[in-house]
Formats: sequence, C-alpha cells, structure tokens
Amino acid sequence: MQSIISARNLDLVFQTADGPVHALNNVTLDIGKGEFVSFIGPSGCGKTTFLRVIADLEKPTGGSISVNGMTPEQARQARAYGYVFQAAALYPWRTIEKNIALPLEIMGIAKTEQAERIKQTLALVNLTGFEKKFPWQLSGGMQQRASIARALAFDADLLLMDEPFGALDEIVRDHLNEQLLELWARTTKTICFVTHSIPEAVYLSTKIVVMSPRPGRVTDIIESTLPKERPLDIRESPEFLAIAARVRDGLRAGHSYED
Amino acid sequence: MTALRNSVPVIAILLLIVAGWYVGSYALNAPFQRDLDRRAGVTSTPWEFVVKTMTQPKPTLPAPHQVAQNFFENTFLRKVTSNRSLVYHAWVTLSATLLGFAFGTALGIAIAVGIVHVTTLDRSLMPWIIASQTIPILALAPMIIVVLAAVGITGLIPKSLISTYLSFFPVAVGMVKGLRSPEFTHLDLMHTYNASKAQVFWKLRVPASVPFLFTSMKVAVAASLVGAIVGELPTGAVAGIGAKLLNGSYYSQTIDMFAALVAGSVVAVMLVLLVGLAARITERLMGARPA
Repeated sequence: MQSIISARNLDLVFQTADGPVHALNNVTLDIGKGEFVSFIGPSGCGKTTFLRVIADLEKPTGGSISVNGMTPEQARQARAYGYVFQAAALYPWRTIEKNIALPLEIMGIAKTEQAERIKQTLALVNLTGFEKKFPWQLSGGMQQRASIARALAFDADLLLMDEPFGALDEIVRDHLNEQLLELWARTTKTICFVTHSIPEAVYLSTKIVVMSPRPGRVTDIIESTLPKERPLDIRESPEFLAIAARVRDGLRAGHSYED
Repeated sequence: MTALRNSVPVIAILLLIVAGWYVGSYALNAPFQRDLDRRAGVTSTPWEFVVKTMTQPKPTLPAPHQVAQNFFENTFLRKVTSNRSLVYHAWVTLSATLLGFAFGTALGIAIAVGIVHVTTLDRSLMPWIIASQTIPILALAPMIIVVLAAVGITGLIPKSLISTYLSFFPVAVGMVKGLRSPEFTHLDLMHTYNASKAQVFWKLRVPASVPFLFTSMKVAVAASLVGAIVGELPTGAVAGIGAKLLNGSYYSQTIDMFAALVAGSVVAVMLVLLVGLAARITERLMGARPA
C-alpha cells in the first residue's frame, strides 16, 4: 500500500512556563492511501498534536515526517489536506455557501467552478437547501457537516479531523459517523480522525492508533478486521467488542493513575 | 409596550433633572432679583418673586423653559442662513466634525493596521498614541490653529484636525483589538489553506473587526464634536456652536449659551444614533443574529 503519511521517531517538546512538555515522543507510524485511521487516547497524549504536525500547524523538534512524500510545509502549500476542527469554526459573517467558498476563493478557483463544487459538497454532507443560511441558523451537527463540506470542497486526498463530533450529542454523533463512513467509501480519501470515544474509533477505522500521555506516545496500533460495510448494529458484534476491548486495554496500560 | 416600559425610567430621570434645574435657577437668580427689587423699592408676593427669577433677560442660571423657548425660536423660526439660527451654527460645527471624524477614522484604522502587521510599530507607536491623549486638548487647540494659520491654512481644516486628534484614538485602539480578535481556529484554518497575509487580512481580520470599528466610531464621533467646538473657542470664530458659547459668555447671554449647549447635545445624539444605525444595518448584512 502506498504510504501517505510516514513518521519516523517523531519528537515534539513544547517549551512552557512550567518547563518543557513532551507532547510527542518517538512516534513512528505509517498511514496508507485510503485508510481511515483513528487516534485515541486521554487528554495530553499528543493525538491532536500529531494531527497538527501533519497539518504543519506545529513543527516537530525531532525525527522526520513526510506527507505525500513532501515535508508538511510543502504539503500544506500544495493544499494536500482538508482540516476539520473540533469546533465548526465557520466564519459567522459568511453564509454556508460562502463559508464553503472560502478555501476556493483563497485558492483562486473560478466562480463557476466554485458554484459547482459548493453544490456537490453540500449534497455530499446532506445540506442542500441551506446555502443561504448563516451558521447560527443551523444546529451544531449541521454546522459541523458544513465545516466538513468546507474541508472537502477543494478535493484534497487527505482529510484531517480533530474530534469533529466531540461536542455533539450521541444520537447526532451516530448519524454523522454513518454519514462519514458513507462519504469515505464514496470518495476513497485518506482520513485521520482524532477521538475520545472507543466505539467511535472502532466503528470508523481501518486502523486504530492508541496513544498515552506524559510523554505522548503510541502504545498500540490495531488493524481492524471489521468489513468495510458497517451498519450501526455492527457495534454489538463479538468482533467489534473484541477490538474495543483491545483498545480499552491499550488505554489502560498506557494510563498512569498515580496523578 | 416595551418601548413604553423602557422610556418610563428615562422620563422619570428627565423630570427629576428639570425639577432640580428649576430649584437651582430660583436659588441662583434670587439674590440678584432681591437686589433689583430692593433698589427699585418693589415688594412682590412670593409667587411674583419666583416668576421674576425665571424671567430675567440675563439670568445666572436660565430656567428650562427660557432655554427651550430660545432654542425653539432660534432653531425653527429663523432662516437657516441667518447667523442667529442655531441650525446655521450647528451646521458650521457639524461640517468640521464630520471632516475631522472622517480623517480620524481613516487615521485610526491606518495606525491599527500598522500596529497589527508591523512588529516595530506595535512596540513603538502605542505609548505615543496614549501619551497624545494625555495632553489637554484645550491647551493644544490654540497652538494647532496658530501654527496652521502661520502656514496659511485657516477655516475648516484646522478645526477638523482638532476633531481628528480626538477621534483617531478610540478608533485606533478599537481596531487594534478588532483586527486581533479572530479566534485561533479561524486563523489556523487560513494557515491550512496557505492563505497570504493579504487574504487573511481581507477575508478574516477585517470582517472580524467590524463590530469593534462601530463601537469605537460611536465614541469617536462624539469626541469629534467636542473637538470641533473646542477648536472654535480660541480662533475667535464667528460661527459655530463654540463661537455661540464664546459670544454668550462675553455678553452674559446665558440663555443663548444654554441653547447652544442644547443644540450641541442634539447634534451629538443624532451623530451617535446615526453611527448606531449604520452599525445595525451593517451587522444585519453580515448575518448577525437579530437581537
């Protein structure tokens, strides 16, 4: 399988007022084309930091990482990925269609093509008909779908998602998980997905990266044996539960309860 | 219904002020009236005496109705081109105010853009801007007028420059805050798109700063008016609210002075309301949730 992201002995130390914080320690990881990879672990395990390193929002202090065979900076300049933040981060003064147009405007895409892409991506996230609404007129789940549409609009092969559904209630979350899998199947994108939730990680992923804090490191990498076709009730199957148990063990092993 | 409920406290305070004002004008005008009556050998009933204190031609403190009458006559009953018309004087001051406000807003925005984008300016400019506002404008205004007159600039421009001096400050401070107001995720998003500095500025910083701009413009427009009036005082200006105040004080025309003050307040209120209206329209166009 062609490797999209390849990290070797990646280190990142933040210098803070309270001394250095070891956010990433010796992380070595390969992510293949078309994979759906979840990063799971407690707060401070470096899962978001790792995503931000891929996105060139943080600079590693040691080791090496390549994205599409380039440095993260080159990959960012080549607009290799779409990033979905924990909050929808829509610009409140732009309508939904204008929010989706934002990356297209910045990348200098012609107006007619912008309109076409907005139409396609809105259909992809089931938001057709909400073009002219402002963000506050949409529910939290719809806002997050709009922000996913925005990340999809310029058709990058890589989608980086940082706890995109973390702030949503469980029912909305289940629904968006289903839609995300559907979307992934249709578009064959590579997705890196940060989450706190074990069921979410197991349900979505082809590969689960279990991380632990102080210092942030990878403790387990689980290749999922679940089929690509995943109805919601797969979550009650023994196979699913077995993977979930392994994730939980990994989390428990890496977690120190001393503090 | 809500309009009524909101206006009740305001009206109550207004009535209190008017009542206090009447008491004050009686107290301040009574000694002179007593003096007059004694010299003329007039005795009057207490009520007649009270009425007399409220009808003096040059009272120490004019009664509200005297000011109201003067204001009404000089606003509505005179030709607006007459130099006794308050509309005429208000317009003279207003034109300097608006010009100075436009300069001040432009200058304030330019300074803020510089501070936000150039580290050197960020470090060097702010203390000077703050220091500039600690100099009493009353001391500075005559100097500006005299210096500019020496180089041949007179009339509207020197007055508006004093307005500019007062109004650029709130705009500069507000816009620095506004241009720095975007959330981290909004800025990170731009970074992931590899957006240029100019794109970040026009597509994120500018729209994010609009509410800050209007808030500071409300303060700035009122300051501009003060600046224009202050600018009229040392120049021996023949027209404008400031000139009216100055003339009133030369000739003890207290009623005229108070009427001019009222005219100034009315102009100030209208200006602030106008900026507020512009703010509301802009915010609506920018998709703000109706309050």
